[in-house]
Amino acid sequence: MAHLRLPISDYIREYGPHVSDSPVTGWGPKPEPDRLVETHCCFCGMQCGVKLQVKSGRVIGIEPWEEFPFNEGRLCPKGVKRYMQTHHPDRLTDPLIREGAGFRKAGWDEALDLVASKARAIQAKRGKDAFAMLSGVSLSNEKSYLVGKFARLALGTANLDYNGRFCMVSAGAGNKKAFGIDRVANPWDDIPEAGVVLLAGTNVSECFPTLTHYIWKARDRGAKLIVVDPRETPIARTADHHVALRPGTDSALNQALLHELVANGWFDREFVEQRCTGWAELRASVERCTPEWAGEICGVPAALIREVAAAWGQAKTSFLLHARGVEQHTKGVENVLGLINLVLATGRIGRRGCGYGTITGQGNGQGGREHGHKCDQLPGNRDIENPEHRKHICDVWRISDAELPRKGKTTVEIVEAIHAGGIHGLLNICFNPMVSHPDTGFTREALERLEFFCVIDFFMSETARYADVVLPGSLHEEEEGTSTTAEARVVRIRAAVEPPGNARRDTWILLELARRLGKEEHFRFSSSEDIFNELRRASAGGTADYAGITYERVEREMGVFWPCPSEGHPGTPRLFEDGRSYHPDGKFKLLPTPYRPSAEVPDAEFPLYMTSGRSVFHYLSGTQTRRIKFLVEKSPGPICEMHPALATRLGLVDRQLVTVETRRGAITVPLRIVETIRPDTVFLPYHWPEELAANQLTVRALDPVSKMPEFKVAACRVRAATRGEADRARSLFAELKLEAS
Amino acid sequence: MSAVVRDFFIDFQRCIGCQACAAACSECHTHRGLPMVHVDLVAPGVSLQTAPMVCMHCADPTCASVCPADAIKVDEHGIVHSSLKPRCISCGNCELACPFGVPIIKMEIQQMQKCDMCFDRTSAGKKPMCATVCPTGALFYGTREEIAQQRPASKPINRWRFGKQRIATRVHVMVPHDVDEMAVELPAFDEGGGPAALATALAAGARDGRAPEEAGPEAEFL
Ligand code: SF4
Ligand code: SF4
Ligand code: SF4
Repeated sequence: MAHLRLPISDYIREYGPHVSDSPVTGWGPKPEPDRLVETHCCFCGMQCGVKLQVKSGRVIGIEPWEEFPFNEGRLCPKGVKRYMQTHHPDRLTDPLIREGAGFRKAGWDEALDLVASKARAIQAKRGKDAFAMLSGVSLSNEKSYLVGKFARLALGTANLDYNGRFCMVSAGAGNKKAFGIDRVANPWDDIPEAGVVLLAGTNVSECFPTLTHYIWKARDRGAKLIVVDPRETPIARTADHHVALRPGTDSALNQALLHELVANGWFDREFVEQRCTGWAELRASVERCTPEWAGEICGVPAALIREVAAAWGQAKTSFLLHARGVEQHTKGVENVLGLINLVLATGRIGRRGCGYGTITGQGNGQGGREHGHKCDQLPGNRDIENPEHRKHICDVWRISDAELPRKGKTTVEIVEAIHAGGIHGLLNICFNPMVSHPDTGFTREALERLEFFCVIDFFMSETARYADVVLPGSLHEEEEGTSTTAEARVVRIRAAVEPPGNARRDTWILLELARRLGKEEHFRFSSSEDIFNELRRASAGGTADYAGITYERVEREMGVFWPCPSEGHPGTPRLFEDGRSYHPDGKFKLLPTPYRPSAEVPDAEFPLYMTSGRSVFHYLSGTQTRRIKFLVEKSPGPICEMHPALATRLGLVDRQLVTVETRRGAITVPLRIVETIRPDTVFLPYHWPEELAANQLTVRALDPVSKMPEFKVAACRVRAATRGEADRARSLFAELKLEAS
Repeated sequence: MSAVVRDFFIDFQRCIGCQACAAACSECHTHRGLPMVHVDLVAPGVSLQTAPMVCMHCADPTCASVCPADAIKVDEHGIVHSSLKPRCISCGNCELACPFGVPIIKMEIQQMQKCDMCFDRTSAGKKPMCATVCPTGALFYGTREEIAQQRPASKPINRWRFGKQRIATRVHVMVPHDVDEMAVELPAFDEGGGPAALATALAAGARDGRAPEEAGPEAEFL
């Protein structure tokens, strides 16, 4: 049973997060590095190239890598300071086994044997699927592939899913429906050629800072910028048109924009009739969706919608980008399809300067979702329920169809099944649901009900505190591999140093566990490259075809874009150049997306919208960035953003501690009064755990297709904190800035 | 290195306040751990406009002219350096006098340190740290031809007026074509001049004269 037996402050004191300021060599004169390792930032989907400075087996700093073509040395503050995590005093250096109220250090044999025996025992008693696995797409392609194979063959469970479920699944599902392929359609290099850039629900300036440069390049050439976001983000501040719509109303806006394209003849008749299916139905579906109708729903002027439609409709070239702002909804897939309709209606795709794509958030969000740690997918972006797809993988893995599990539960469904008593054991790698999962209280209850819980991680994440066994794994810079950036460019991740102490590479841990589970025959890999070469075979013939990509090519060409079916193939930076989709009929699918309300909307009791998102100083659940002083000082904890008009109405003042409540929970945080948000909406960043988790408030409601939770819309109310709440918040904030000793 | 002259350009409107410049600056060999570039919020509560400020490397530097110890030197490339350690008496005159709010007195070492345009890097043909990492191009290091070709909608200028004081700087700022001089009307002394008034002037269309603050810790209430 995995109840926390100690106060949280005890875990923090022992395992952090502590903030560490200095490089491993201190701030004194810097030693000359022995070598510079060309690799990539471990954080967001941009995967910026960067060089790590290595001295005597330690990472001592960074040097911009100006030759890498995507970012040419540019970085955000996370990329600059990430090297401070490598030798951080909080690093886990020994396996830990729960004992008494806390953990004790253990040897690898003992810890691994315990995990294997518990998994076997649970599965013997309750069936294979009663032991689940959760994974993360900050892992390299090799590890993602290995996790998929490990869960299905070594554990033999159908219940494997990943934290990409909170990232790009709505986009993936929408892309597959419309295009038959789940990938950004163009390289970022097409952005500067666009005459209009539309950013829908993507705070590019904070979440993908280095992409901002490409948008400015377009603007320098005269492009118009349209931003759709309830907040005036740093990128929206300078936009030509900013549609500050109500959270959860994107599909109404998309329909009205399409209505205007049709009404004004701003569509490509030949393209929609020859290259697409569904134009007549789509057109009919927006007949009554006037800008006035949408303006009412979205809370924006109809005239603004007309302006945006004209800017988009009359452009010759364009690039549409979206991210979690439109995707993390119970209508995420519909929002994505509605935006794709705007692209397809104008026929502006598959050409230079005519682009579309979702901006994948996680480091390897693109590659990670292609190679099989998603509950319904097999390597190469294959469908786990498709008999031919299964056969290909069974052949590569040398197993029979009966040995390959079928589709399992998605992340939230796994947690719900644990809560309901249907899943009893869990292995978790690189995923921190105590921060990132919606409805934190429910997640905690689920973790407490597990019979056995093992976490593989490099730091004691807030989730790992609930584990029975914690296995110290490796960082990005401690293992060779590849990752696939948000523009579908496969890049090379290099090992700069060894994991510290008794920590081990993640791959070694998984291979050892597979051996102890009696499945060694399927897991004889001598190197990361060995795994990659099997991945290439497994992906061959799938949509995400890596067959022609080799380590050698990736290094020489500074990245190769998939699909790349053979070694002589140049790779595919831009999709659809032949005017065909990846559906068997080659047609693009236009699908109507009628507006419907979010799962929870404001009412008399909870009269405001709450929406959540990120800060430029933190990455996802903050396990890494909440440990680096520069980043913590700039953004130590969550704040609630509120418009001055609302603050006046509620009698609240700037920096006051306020309590934000929804039907699921409450959080007490400082208030920041800013004119850059709608007066009916408050914003909370989600990077913090437990009592400071914005996800205590979010709704556990899912998109019916993608199973993405609705992080972006909840009904809330805000009031001044009580004295008790304020005292508690002060002590929690004080803990956030604990210095490492 | 060839004789190509590369200049430093600041384009305030692009700044997203990400502080990558400050993060990278603090990695510099000469002032490790302490960023010399400041990023200020121009109108807190109103706009997210931020203004990055490196040393402007004035032709006739105010910091040097007010230095009683003659500790601040300009080199042949027009770079205004940190104070000479043996001469600096850390009196703070330069810190107070610089119209751009650049010099920082580092009490632990009793010396003024400031942005030297990454002299160690630029003299070796590299770009300054901040301008290398800046993800938006708000900070740019390159030739005048490059900037003219890449950003036709704006132009670089290097002439400033602070109240009655006129200053020419080595660093350029990007402005609309019809602007020829950056004019900063100085507020009364106790309203905080320097970076405050400056940043306000920088934000085109700054909405009121409220003093900016360091775009930093959110939780100062504690
Ligand atoms: S977090 Fe993203 S944008 Fe920032 S440096 Fe890393 S990869 Fe680049
Ligand atoms: S790095 Fe560039 S965009 Fe970021 S704060 Fe500095 S100047 Fe502004
Ligand atoms: S030029 Fe160098 S010293 Fe000056 S602010 Fe930029 S990084 Fe710092």
